[in-house]
Amino acid sequence: MSGKEWPLYEVFIRSKSGLSHRHAGSVHAADDQMALDAARDTYTRRSEGVSIWVVRSSRIVASDPAETAAFFEPAEDKIYRHPTFYDMPDGVENL
Amino acid sequence: MDPVAVRGPLLQPTPGELVYTQGLDQKDKTAGAGAIEETPEQLAAFQARIDAEEKIEAKDWMPAAYRRTLIRQISQHAHSEIIGMQPEGNWLTRAPTLKRKAILLAKIQDEAGHGLYLYSAAETLGVSRDQMVDALLEGKAKYSSIFNYPALTWADIGAIGWLVDGAAIMNQIPLCRCSYGPYSRAMIRVCKEESFHQRQGFDILVSLCNGTAKQKAMAQDALNRWWWPSLMMFGPGDSDSKHSAQSMAWKIKRFTNDELRQKFIDVTVPQAEFLGLKVPDDKLAFDAATGHYRHGEIDWQEFMDVLAGNGPCNQQRMAKRRKAHDDGAWVREAARAYAEKHAARDAA
Repeated sequence: MSGKEWPLYEVFIRSKSGLSHRHAGSVHAADDQMALDAARDTYTRRSEGVSIWVVRSSRIVASDPAETAAFFEPAEDKIYRHPTFYDMPDGVENL
Repeated sequence: MDPVAVRGPLLQPTPGELVYTQGLDQKDKTAGAGAIEETPEQLAAFQARIDAEEKIEAKDWMPAAYRRTLIRQISQHAHSEIIGMQPEGNWLTRAPTLKRKAILLAKIQDEAGHGLYLYSAAETLGVSRDQMVDALLEGKAKYSSIFNYPALTWADIGAIGWLVDGAAIMNQIPLCRCSYGPYSRAMIRVCKEESFHQRQGFDILVSLCNGTAKQKAMAQDALNRWWWPSLMMFGPGDSDSKHSAQSMAWKIKRFTNDELRQKFIDVTVPQAEFLGLKVPDDKLAFDAATGHYRHGEIDWQEFMDVLAGNGPCNQQRMAKRRKAHDDGAWVREAARAYAEKHAARDAA
């Protein structure tokens, strides 16, 4: 309906150095700089972040929830990737 | 499998009839392209996820009615935050001290932020913010009845923080565990910020109640006017609440309206006693057997009247919101034109 709406951006915030950016929500903005400013005002009013990423929502590519089982299936049958797969003999330590 | 966008396509409302407005729940129109079949197996699998306390995320399969209920509830919630800025904004230039003014300004800015978190959560369901804002401005979407009452004195700012934000917190804490992930996450952010709101209100009333007899009378007057409308914020009694049972089954709601109202009364009455104020309910009495306060009848006719648009400030609130929206149109257009010009220049 509204071709006039400002584009939507997804907002990711690093709460402090050493941690990854984490999705916080979204904002509408006319351009990238406005998206950063709006994200700061909306999501970090109480010093919740030291770094913000914004990206146009339309530019994110995501896996399809309806295909979750098939998509992640290759990881399901390789239990030998987990250390618990292996029985360690009694008396062996630091392994 | 093809990769998909992080968000689905926007739902297209039926012309002349928006999908997310109150009172359209009985119509089971499926929005979007083509009618979507909902098989008993899909519905059962969905309910099983809910029963297992799994969160539902934006692109997961969900019944159309679940989506519609959430869009209605979250957008109404967002509208309430935005309209709720008005009664308090009215006092910004008349706050008694610079400190109070700075605090009130921060509080109102939070309300704007809460509205934005909630619009953002609702947008994950396939409705655009413009669609929701249009529904509000056209009078098709509701907002909380409480914001149609006037803030007549400075003590009202105290009462709003203490009672209105207090009632909102009571309602919002269980929503942090709502089955819909984006709504639940938005509510966690909101709840972290609300307790400052409630405390700033109570702090205003503590000052007034420790002040002159006239100041204390002002606080009592504010309580007299805000008590009953605050109780109405929880919505109709359980026997008259048309959305409750399904929302409970879907774990959108965790407690009934009456349960939340009772909790609010139980925690708030002792706070009024601390202030030395009298709750304006002659039937209010502590029932030692149940451990709860019994209260008098709520005037549901008043509630219905305010919801129907006949409260003291309905027209004023909507007129002000429409004017703000219209007055901001040139800013939105100018920002877009500027962005388009620079995008074209960068591309060249």
